[in-house]
Amino acid sequence: MQKKGLELMVGLFVLAGLLALAALALRIGNLGGVSVSDGYTVTARFDNIGGLKVRSPVKLGGVLIGRVTDIGLDEDDFRALVTMRLAREYNQLPADSSVAVNTAGLLGEQYLNMEPGGDDEVLKDGDEITITQSALVLEDLIGKFMFNKADEEADK
Amino acid sequence: MQAVRQLGAGVLNMLQGLGRSSLFLFNTLARTPPLLLRFKLVNQQIYSIGVLTFFIIALASFFVGMVLALQGINTLQRFGAEESVGLLVALSLVRELGPVVTALLFAGRAGTALTAEIGLMKSTEQLTAIEMMAIDPVARIVAPRLLGGFISMPILAMAFSVIGVAGGYLVAVGLMGVDAGAFWSQMQAGTEFGTDILSGIIKSIVFGFVVTWIAVFQGYDCVPTPEGVSRATNRTVVYSSLAVLMLDFIITALTLNSL
Repeated sequence: MQKKGLELMVGLFVLAGLLALAALALRIGNLGGVSVSDGYTVTARFDNIGGLKVRSPVKLGGVLIGRVTDIGLDEDDFRALVTMRLAREYNQLPADSSVAVNTAGLLGEQYLNMEPGGDDEVLKDGDEITITQSALVLEDLIGKFMFNKADEEADK
Repeated sequence: MQAVRQLGAGVLNMLQGLGRSSLFLFNTLARTPPLLLRFKLVNQQIYSIGVLTFFIIALASFFVGMVLALQGINTLQRFGAEESVGLLVALSLVRELGPVVTALLFAGRAGTALTAEIGLMKSTEQLTAIEMMAIDPVARIVAPRLLGGFISMPILAMAFSVIGVAGGYLVAVGLMGVDAGAFWSQMQAGTEFGTDILSGIIKSIVFGFVVTWIAVFQGYDCVPTPEGVSRATNRTVVYSSLAVLMLDFIITALTLNSL
């Protein structure tokens, strides 16, 4: 009887561990979300990627469809070369889709926003997205604004 | 001259201790596989190491989670972002506090018990007696305890994180009126299984390994007198706490950069 009680307690303990793992994976984390590990890879070139990072999300219409896997510099034209991996379930994206570096909220983290095109061809593994839009750099905007203001003052 | 000699003796002593403990670890690990056939021995240890520690862990984590939520809401309110409290509680528990506080409590509750038990067996010559009966004390006494510790610690750490989040939920949603949906959705959007949760689990596995190793070694290596056992128990807590905190920094630096 003593022994059975002990085994029962150990069993409950291990069960609690498994339940905790399940809760961590499904309730607290987002394992149930989109998996990009078996997806396909496309690249895009940007003049300026701002604060984009590896693992930043790629979204289409606000839905997470992939993640940035690598950021490098193309030594030929000195533009940022961004590699992203898109989930396999979204493999019907038109080949002339465009991507832009967007910011979540005013000061939030930056992500890639994809706008679907109208092409019949679909994006395949290794393709490059040619239509890109760089990040808005807040400092540049403020600089331009100040410059314009100064011009207006001078015109008067 | 005397001081330099003492320094040298101290360093040599430390290195000898490290060497002894490593050899001891390899010896024990080599005797672990046969235990899988006699899992009852390990079961017993999981009970006394893991199950009996579970209630302390549960109580502690519940309060840690509640305090995190209270403190978090207090600060986040200034930025009008008290909905993010779920994310704050989950990330701090899963990545840091879960493994670390569990390891510290584990060292205090289970580690000391292991050291004192093995040390007392040694000082009352029970280990020698077992050896006289042609039973290997490392295989019969030490190995099940080591394995039991390895298995228990990750389970305890995961339970800590989950119960802590429940405590945080109770305070944030029940007491402070944060929206329940926002609490969970912010948490799920920001907590990544592959990086955050996995790095916490890796931490708890490493901590469990180190703390149990230190505890059984200190017990096995102690001077077989009442004073020696008390010193060994003392050392278990000090060494394993320091080791956990230092390793925590190293693992955090490694996982944050590479994953």
